[in-house]
Amino acid sequence: MSSVPSPIRIARAERSRAAVLAEKALEALIRLSGVSAILFVAAIFFFVLKEAAPVLFSEGFSLGQFLFSTEWYPTSANNVRYGTFALTVGTLSVTALAMLIAVPFGLGAAIYLSEFCKPRLRETLKVVIELLSAIPSVVWGFVGLTVMSKLIVNATGAPVGVNVLNGGIILALMSVPVIVSIGEDALKAVPDSFREAGVALGATRWQLVYRVLLPAARNGLLAAVLLGVGRAVGETMAVLMATGHAVHIPGSLLDSVRTLTANIAAELGEAPSGSDHYRVLFLTGTLLFLITLVVNLTADFVVRGIRRK
Amino acid sequence: MAGRFAKTPHIARKEIAESVARSVFGLMSAAMIVPLVLIVGYLVVLAWPALSLEFLLDVPKRGMTDGGIWPAFVGTLYLVGISLLVSTPIGVLAAIYLNEYAKDNWFNRLVNLAVINLAGVPSIVHALFGLGAFVYAARFGYSILSASLTLAIMTLPVIIASTREALASVPMAFREACWNVGATRWQTVRAVVLPNSISGILTGVILQVSRAAGETAPVMFTGAVFFKAVQRGDLFPYGLGDQCMALSMHLYTLATQVPNVKEALPYATAVVLLGSVLLVNATAIVLRIWLRNRKKW
Amino acid sequence: MARLRSRAQLRMSALFLAATLAVPACGGGGSKEAKDAKPSNTVLQNKGSDTMVNVAQVWAEEYRKVAPNVEVEVSGGGSGVGIAALLKGAVDLANASRDIKPSEAEQASKNTGKSPVGFNVGADALAVYVHKDNPMSEITLVQLTDLYAEGGKVTRWSELGITIPGVKDDTIVRVSRQSSSGTYEFFREHALGNRDFRLGSRDLNGSKEVVELVGTTPTAIGYSGMGYATADVKMLKVAPKAGAPAVAPTIAAVHDKSYPLARSLHVYTLGQPEGAVKAYIDWILSPAGQKVVEDAGYVPVAAAGNATGALATEAPAPGAPPAPAAPQPKP
Repeated sequence: MSSVPSPIRIARAERSRAAVLAEKALEALIRLSGVSAILFVAAIFFFVLKEAAPVLFSEGFSLGQFLFSTEWYPTSANNVRYGTFALTVGTLSVTALAMLIAVPFGLGAAIYLSEFCKPRLRETLKVVIELLSAIPSVVWGFVGLTVMSKLIVNATGAPVGVNVLNGGIILALMSVPVIVSIGEDALKAVPDSFREAGVALGATRWQLVYRVLLPAARNGLLAAVLLGVGRAVGETMAVLMATGHAVHIPGSLLDSVRTLTANIAAELGEAPSGSDHYRVLFLTGTLLFLITLVVNLTADFVVRGIRRK
Repeated sequence: MAGRFAKTPHIARKEIAESVARSVFGLMSAAMIVPLVLIVGYLVVLAWPALSLEFLLDVPKRGMTDGGIWPAFVGTLYLVGISLLVSTPIGVLAAIYLNEYAKDNWFNRLVNLAVINLAGVPSIVHALFGLGAFVYAARFGYSILSASLTLAIMTLPVIIASTREALASVPMAFREACWNVGATRWQTVRAVVLPNSISGILTGVILQVSRAAGETAPVMFTGAVFFKAVQRGDLFPYGLGDQCMALSMHLYTLATQVPNVKEALPYATAVVLLGSVLLVNATAIVLRIWLRNRKKW
Repeated sequence: MARLRSRAQLRMSALFLAATLAVPACGGGGSKEAKDAKPSNTVLQNKGSDTMVNVAQVWAEEYRKVAPNVEVEVSGGGSGVGIAALLKGAVDLANASRDIKPSEAEQASKNTGKSPVGFNVGADALAVYVHKDNPMSEITLVQLTDLYAEGGKVTRWSELGITIPGVKDDTIVRVSRQSSSGTYEFFREHALGNRDFRLGSRDLNGSKEVVELVGTTPTAIGYSGMGYATADVKMLKVAPKAGAPAVAPTIAAVHDKSYPLARSLHVYTLGQPEGAVKAYIDWILSPAGQKVVEDAGYVPVAAAGNATGALATEAPAPGAPPAPAAPQPKP
């Protein structure tokens, strides 16, 4: 790819100047678009941080309180407090429950798809997973608010159906497709020679899976889980509608919580731009950006780990 | 004879474990179909009384408790259309860069990471970005333009990923043949690589449509309104600097803000939104399968 | 207003964008933009109070029938946001379920040289809702404070002497609104005496969501505009303090100001309204516009009795009663 054979130089010389220039311009545009992803990620960070930064130097704000206080009183008449700890715990609890459900199901389905299933069935299941992942989050939220909350009230006798359980189930359904598709890719990436060696030794499919494939695809599966976590942490509309939106540390699965994302979505429209409240919401956004950045980078790093081997 | 070929306990156990594993994993996979079918089924059943062509074409009436969803539907078309106009060229060119031009060095690995991260940024952060960058910094105000640009950046990774996949599936030999007759890199891309991957790119565009149509948070703070009076069936009710209604946000407001709404109405809105998105996705899937079967190499 | 110019600017910037970003593939983008050059239509932007957003929506809907070439864009967000947008000249009309603050009026004159002018377009009683099976029928502001405010001790219905039929765990499910909605602030100011809310309430995003949750939860209590009542909930009578007579949120009680949680609904403009904005406000104050207010479950200005139609604000407003407030019947 790198060495240019001489005929091309001749060909180039024969083309009109304009054509060569046009091509140069176009290639410049291609390069620009190519790096646009970096520009956009940087721009997102820059603009979100730019709106957030002044609050860091504001009198009514302390970073310690922001991170570790559970008191969220952004509009209090006498004592404004911006503590997001309860919101962080809200995000963590919903995400943890979602992963508790989604990881076994997601990995189980990935194993089934990759190892046990016939090709035709596999194609069908993959289509279903793709459709599942296409359902918009506001529809999930609507399902949580209407269907799921009734089910939960009837099944558990909880006073309110919008709570950690509801949000966790909805988020699990939303992150399962990610886990399945990345997980399946990871299993498929294990060379067939591993399988052949196992079968030759008389291993059943199941023995093959848990003795050979799971260890071999460990990193890829971990990446799948991480990307699922990233999806769950960043999800907004669904948790806004399904978790009940109460600022406190949940004591049980049936308590309502508020997540970092839902908090921004609920209050951003109402915070006059330039106010401390508005800036604190952007600061929360910065925090979310960094969390998902770390999660995604780790996932990528882990995957790269297997490729090296 | 039973004795000689009887399974040893060890083998029997092995086979039991095998069938248990097969059925457990099978059930886990089945557990994913069930919610899709149940959710779609439940929504459609509850929406049924309100679903009609009239529902799609009519405007919301009597304080949005009755009537249809036209302004929201057409608003979503605007948002998706304009975001597509912006992100498709950038996305396709970026994919061409990554697949055809980029060498494997640290910088391009960084580009790759950026694409991955762009896909992972939470939608609410995209909303914050849209608000800070387009609404305020670029002074586009709350408008269709701001909202579409926000959506465009958000959906960029979708088009980059599927275009790259399409480009990568064109065999290297095609390019080499082209280079050997003296074509430049761009001439090769134009004459050989793009024509052979155009349908794959189309799939990416379609997926992007479905992603953009369903997003709520990014448009809620950049250009979508609660209500706007629009004529029934009017195809061009909005200007680029106007705000518009959006289907996803309409569902949210119906579900949380509008009192005494006819019961089927929010469900019907959800079904139209879900139906459009799934339909668009199904189109992409069919296209992809058709392509795979047609491929000659 | 400034809308037309900004639209032209936008189209310029869009073209610029298309030119820089989308050169190669951007062939057919022109049709939509060309189309929005419809010169005849006036766009009015109306933003603000969530309490009023439904009324404002019906106004927009009905007004389209009266004046087909006026498009009104309605968005919620809250009273404060509506006013903030007005102060920047970003909207034509701001809905507010509270009075404009002196500081806000001052900022308006600083930003734009104009002072905000308010119109009293109706009134609302903030109703306290419980489930229809809840035997409670009245509540005092003191009890509300014990229930909702930071430091309040009441967590169970039994502590208020209420037994809810068929419920084992009678922990009160407090339903509230997200901070900074006008409703939240009004409730904090008038029911809780400006004390902060106790955390842990379900702070829902929409007035309707509050009433729906209360309607499906026997142990819940919540507050919302009186226009949101449904068959599943009951509005409590509210007494200012124990022993005082409790008053139900009715049109009459708002009218004679005996209901403790009544408030006026305003529409604010920047400077005296002119042209399409004036025509729209005149229509809102006309019987047709006021019927919308009444149909939405709120109290129309005419019924609020002493309404003057328009209120001068705390701002150094030049002319006292702005704009002859249309054909408005006075009692």
